[in-house]
Amino acid sequence: MSALLRRLALALPTLLGVVTLVFFFVHLVPGDPVEMMLGESAAVVDRERMRAALGLDRPLWSQYLGFLARTARGDLGRSLRDGAPVAGLIRARLPATLALAGAAGALAVALAIPLGVLSARHRGRWLDAAATAFALLGAALPNFVLGPLLVLLFSVRLGWLPVSGADSAAGLLLPAATLGLGMSAILTRLTRTAVLDSLGADFIRTARAKGLSEARVFFRHALRGALLPVTTVFGLQLGSLLGGAIITETIFAWPGIGRLTLQAIEGRDYPLVQGCVLVIACGYVAANLLTDLAYQRLDPRVRFGGREAR
Amino acid sequence: MSPAARLGAAIVALFLAAAALGPRLAPRDPSRPALAENLRGPSLAHPFGQDRLGRDILSRTLHGARVSLVVGLSTVAISLALGTAIGLLAGFAGGWIDEVVMRAVDVLLAFPGILLAIALSAVLGPSLGNVVLALSVIGWTGYARLVRAETLSLRERAHVESAVSLGAGPLRIVTLHVLPLLAGPLAVQATFGFSAAVVAEASLSFLGLGTQPPTPSWGAMLNEGRSFLLVAPHVALFPGLAVFLTVLGINVLGDGLRDWLDVRRPAAGSDGSMPATSGSRGSRSSSALPGPGA
Repeated sequence: MSALLRRLALALPTLLGVVTLVFFFVHLVPGDPVEMMLGESAAVVDRERMRAALGLDRPLWSQYLGFLARTARGDLGRSLRDGAPVAGLIRARLPATLALAGAAGALAVALAIPLGVLSARHRGRWLDAAATAFALLGAALPNFVLGPLLVLLFSVRLGWLPVSGADSAAGLLLPAATLGLGMSAILTRLTRTAVLDSLGADFIRTARAKGLSEARVFFRHALRGALLPVTTVFGLQLGSLLGGAIITETIFAWPGIGRLTLQAIEGRDYPLVQGCVLVIACGYVAANLLTDLAYQRLDPRVRFGGREAR
Repeated sequence: MSPAARLGAAIVALFLAAAALGPRLAPRDPSRPALAENLRGPSLAHPFGQDRLGRDILSRTLHGARVSLVVGLSTVAISLALGTAIGLLAGFAGGWIDEVVMRAVDVLLAFPGILLAIALSAVLGPSLGNVVLALSVIGWTGYARLVRAETLSLRERAHVESAVSLGAGPLRIVTLHVLPLLAGPLAVQATFGFSAAVVAEASLSFLGLGTQPPTPSWGAMLNEGRSFLLVAPHVALFPGLAVFLTVLGINVLGDGLRDWLDVRRPAAGSDGSMPATSGSRGSRSSSALPGPGA
């Protein structure tokens, strides 16, 4: 419990930094942000109203403290487009993004772990070469290249899958594959290395010397040890899927927070941009935090602060 | 170097040649429209076909290589210089300077790389210069972390302590005793940073936040081609292939370089000259810029 609290306390300054950076986004706009939002031809009255609505007429420190207080209460302001609360707009889109990221992560693991294990078990043979090629090619295919390719192959040419559709499992497949393949490539490579390292460790020799069956040695000892680093990287990559979702959701017109972010950018709806960036970054921090905690749970040797259990 | 790494080097050399000589090699003006011939497939006159305005896709792909090269090189140069300087400062100074630098790195790394690049490009406005700026704001963190970790270890090494006891100044120690030993890991990191910058530029241009028309960019060409996948898949295919091959070549070269340096590099403490801490191994994952999966 104290480790959890300590790790949470460590995440707080990072979160404060994230909120601060997001606050200053609007102030980075070259020139007058209100003019950028409303256009040069906007009436002075409208500009002043907008300036007051955004709090830009107040001193910077007052704006900052107000932003911190509102964010802490979960109030992310109002969208400039229709005045709807930003938090509500994000809440409505978040489930679609979580479903996409979850499916992408699940697909990545379902591909990567068997492939990585088979690759390690058949080291130097054709299966190993095929898995290595998959990892290499997958890591070099950005999702804005992969997405259209998958659409072309599976929707246009073969007609097997719909291009997209948030309301069906089939409609989730292509967006999830697009988002998850890069992660799968990284995890395949890592699983292979981790299994090879694990198989060469002393505790495996001990397990074999005890006369355990090869299957038991592999599944109970080698694989368990190998999955620790894989879990860590999986957790870290899960957070980055939220960032990658912006492009994938744009390609597949997926109704998630990534697409909302881009729509907000295109509409110069800065409060909504701020809200989306903040929520995605907080999700990323939370994913990293959960990864640390999961790692501690899975590996009793790990203790925060560099201490190790004896 | 392995045969795979040599193949990677050959692909990278081809990309560099296309970027450097693109305008001379391009058979046509990349911006000249030929509306009557729009969306025509590959032919002898137009080996990569024509886009929705009838422009030659081969010429546009060759010109697009230059955009990728300029953004990649500029981002790596700025990030490398900034990250190395800040990492050295944090590693040598320690104390509150180190603490402030590392917290700043933590905050920037709390954003998925592509998200911060998108947000910055959105507020700064879409242009090539702003893309480089946005990518460098994130990119330096990876180099700073690497250099700081190496510096923390190197400053305890016998040869650095000897230099200090002989009265060498900080600048002399850094330039003569530390930087040469950081060159290998930094070269590997820069290779992967270059690949990440190429992907990030293409991603931003794909979203309409990077290079603006009429300048040809692989990302923007791909985005345009998406609308014609059914009738003219070649419009998206060739710029997509260009991004894929370039990133593949750079990654394979980076892997080869890392393996080569890891083999050549003495283990920690073997001669007291170079620790094998957070050096070249694993550099690929420490790039702060978005990877291909982004």
